Amino acid sequence: MTVLASPPAVPQTARRMRRRSRWTGWGFVGPFMAVFALVFLAPIAYSLWLSLFQTQLVGGTSFVGLDNYVRAFNDPQFWSGVGRVTLFLLVQVPVMLGISLLVALALDSGRLYGRDFFRLTIFLPYAVPGVVAALMWGFMYGERFGLVGNFNDLLGWNLPAPLTSSLVLPAIGNIVTWEFVGYNMLIFYSALRVVPASLYEAAEIDGAGPWRVISAIKLPAIRGALVIATIFSIIGSFQLFNEPSILQPLSPNYISTHYTPNLYAYSLSFSGQQYNYSATVAIIMGVLTMLVAYVVQLRGMRKEA
Amino acid sequence: MTIRHHRAVGAVAAAGALALALTACGSGSDDPGTAQEVSPQDVAAALEEGGELLVWAWEPTLDQVVEDFEAEYPNVDVELANVGTGNDHYVALQNAIGAGSGVPDVAQVEYYALPQFSIAGSLADLAPFGASELDGTYSPGTWNAVTDGDAVYGLPMDSGPMALFYNAKTFEEAGVEVPATWDEFLEAARAIHEHDENTYILADNGDAGFATSMIWQAGGHPFAVDGTDVTVDLADEGTAKFTELWQQLIDEDLLADVPGWSDEWFQGLGNGEIAALVTGAWMPANLESGAAQASGDWRVAPMPQWTEGANETAENGGSSLAITEASDKKALAYGFLEYANAGDGVATRLAGGNFPATLADLNDEEFLAEEPEYFGGQRINEVLSASATGVVEGWQYLPYQVYANSVFPDTVGQAYTGSTPLADGLAAWQESIVSYGNEQGFTVTE
Repeated sequence: MTVLASPPAVPQTARRMRRRSRWTGWGFVGPFMAVFALVFLAPIAYSLWLSLFQTQLVGGTSFVGLDNYVRAFNDPQFWSGVGRVTLFLLVQVPVMLGISLLVALALDSGRLYGRDFFRLTIFLPYAVPGVVAALMWGFMYGERFGLVGNFNDLLGWNLPAPLTSSLVLPAIGNIVTWEFVGYNMLIFYSALRVVPASLYEAAEIDGAGPWRVISAIKLPAIRGALVIATIFSIIGSFQLFNEPSILQPLSPNYISTHYTPNLYAYSLSFSGQQYNYSATVAIIMGVLTMLVAYVVQLRGMRKEA
Repeated sequence: MTIRHHRAVGAVAAAGALALALTACGSGSDDPGTAQEVSPQDVAAALEEGGELLVWAWEPTLDQVVEDFEAEYPNVDVELANVGTGNDHYVALQNAIGAGSGVPDVAQVEYYALPQFSIAGSLADLAPFGASELDGTYSPGTWNAVTDGDAVYGLPMDSGPMALFYNAKTFEEAGVEVPATWDEFLEAARAIHEHDENTYILADNGDAGFATSMIWQAGGHPFAVDGTDVTVDLADEGTAKFTELWQQLIDEDLLADVPGWSDEWFQGLGNGEIAALVTGAWMPANLESGAAQASGDWRVAPMPQWTEGANETAENGGSSLAITEASDKKALAYGFLEYANAGDGVATRLAGGNFPATLADLNDEEFLAEEPEYFGGQRINEVLSASATGVVEGWQYLPYQVYANSVFPDTVGQAYTGSTPLADGLAAWQESIVSYGNEQGFTVTE
C-alpha cells in the first residue's frame, strides 16, 4: 500500500475529501477483511496462543512458553516426517511437472488428433476427490486380491507389493502424480494459449524448428505459470495427508502415525489429545512451507525480470 | 491445495479450543464425594416423568432396544446417534466432553477405553444408583472391567471371551488336528502353510487389541494402574511367553500379512486362505455377514492353552454403556442403562446376535442349545460360554489405552515386518507409553 503524504498547502475541503475517500476504501474491503480475519487470521492467532500451553490428562493446562517449540525441534519423529516429505518433494514434483509440461506442449503443438478428448481425460483424475482416488489406488495396490495380485496370478509375475516399506512412498507419489498431472497441465496449457501467434509466425520466418520454438518462445512465455505450479506443488507436498491417511489402515506398519508432518499433527490431536503440541507442529510446518515457497517465488520471479 | 492447508490449521485450532474448554469445566466434575444415593424409586419416577435422552453408540442391536424402551416408557424420548465406531467415537466423545456442550447422556465405551474416561472424571459413578447390586449378574471378566474399587463406571453390554474359530475344511485338507495348546498351534500353523503356501493359520500384521489379549491369557500383567500411578512392564513372564511363540510364527512366515477387517481379510476368511481366528465371542455374526461363502465350514474350539488341559482365557473387545458426568439426567439415563443391559433389552440384543455379558444368559439352556447353520449345526455357544468362565483375573488396561494402541503399529508393528525382534518392538512400545504417560501427568514407572 502506498500512503501519500499530504502536501502542506492542500485546502481544508480537499483534505477532508481525501480522508473520506480513505474510509470509502475500507468500506469496500471491510466485509472481506472481517471474514478474512475471522476464518484466516483468528485460527492462526489461536494456534499460536495454544502452542504456548500444555494440557495434561492429569493436572490440567499450564503456560509453558516456548517449550513446545523446543520439543518439536528435538523431536526425531517430527523431523523424520519433514525429511520424508522433502524427499517426496524433490522426486515427485519434478516428475509430475515434467509430465504435465510434456502433455501441455503436446496438446499445444496442434499435431495431436482428438486434442479435446486428451485434454479432458488427462484432467479427469483431478475431478476425482483425493480421498476416493487414494481408496481406489489402495484397492489396486492389493497384492493378494487387488490389481497387482491379479497381474501376478494371471501372468505369473512376481510384482513387489507396493504397500511395503521401501515402495510405499513411491506408491503414494504415483497416486499424487496421477491426480495432479491434469491440473498442472491445465495451468501450463492455458498459459501457452495466450502466447501471440505472431511470435510463432516470426519464428517460422526465421526458420526456427519446433524444438527451437519450445525453448526460445514457449518455455520463457510460461515461466510464470511454471513458478506458480511449483509453489502449489511444494505446498501440496508439505501438506501431504490424504493419501497416507487413507492407505494407513492397509499398511499400518509402514505408514506410521508420524509419516508426514500433517499426519503427525493429526495423530497428536486426535489420538493423543495433545492439541497444544499439535498446534506447534502445524505452525512450524506452516512457517517452513512459507519459507520454501517464498524462496522459490523470489528465485523464479527474479529470473523472469 | 492451499485450501487444504488452511483447513488443517483451522481444524487444529478448533480441536485445541476444545482442549482448553475441557480443563475449564473439568474442575467441577471430579468430586464423587457429593454423589447422592439414588433409590430405585427415584429412577422409576424419572422414567415415569420422562424427558429426552441422548445416546451415542454404534452397537446395531440397540436400535430395537430403544424402540422397545420408548414403547414401555412413552414419556422418554431416546435419541440414538452413531457418531463413529471405536476411535472416531472416542474422539467425538472426548471433544464433546471438552467443549462441555452436546455431551451425550449415555455413551458406548469399550472395556479397554473405560479407564481413559473414568480417570479423567468424565463418567458418572453408577454405584449410588444401585449398580453395585448387579455384582454377580455379569461374567467376572466384564464386571472387573467396569469397576474400579467400589465405583462402577458402566454396565456391561456384551463380552468377548476368546475362542479359536477355525475353518474345518482347510484343517481337514491339510490333515491337521485342532490345536488344544499353543505348541500344537505352532505345529498346525506349519502344517497348514506347508500344505498350501497361500494358506495361513492366522492373519496378523500387528493388532494391539489381540496382542494385549494374548498377553492377558498368558498371565501377563504389563499394565498396573493405581490412580495416577502406572507401572508398565512389557517384558514380564506372561508377555515373554507370547513373545517367544509369536516370534517363531513371524520368523517362519506363518502369519498372513493382512490387516484385520480389510476386504482382503474377509476374502481370506471366506475362501479358506485364512484358516483360523483367535478372537472374541462376538465374531460369529461378523463371519456370517463378511465371509458368507464359507458357510458350513467354520467351527469353534476352545482357545489354545499354555498348559495342557487348563481353561484359561482372556477377553477381547466387548463394550459397556456408561453415563457421562456432564449429563443432567443421570437417573433417567440409569433407567435406560438398566433396561438395556440388565433388563428386557438383553434378550432383544441377544436375538440380534450380541454375545451376552450376563451370567444368566451365558448359562441359559436355550442359548446354549443354539445350533447355527453357519457353523455346521455346532453348539458354539457352549464353547464360547465355557470360555467366559475361564477369563484370567487381574488384568488392567492403561488409563490411556486408546492412545497406546494407536502407536502400536509404529513400534510393535515393526516386528511384524521383520525389521526388528518382537521383544524390541514391545520395548519401544513401552518407551512411548512411559513417555506419553509422564507427559500427561501420570507417574509412570517401568
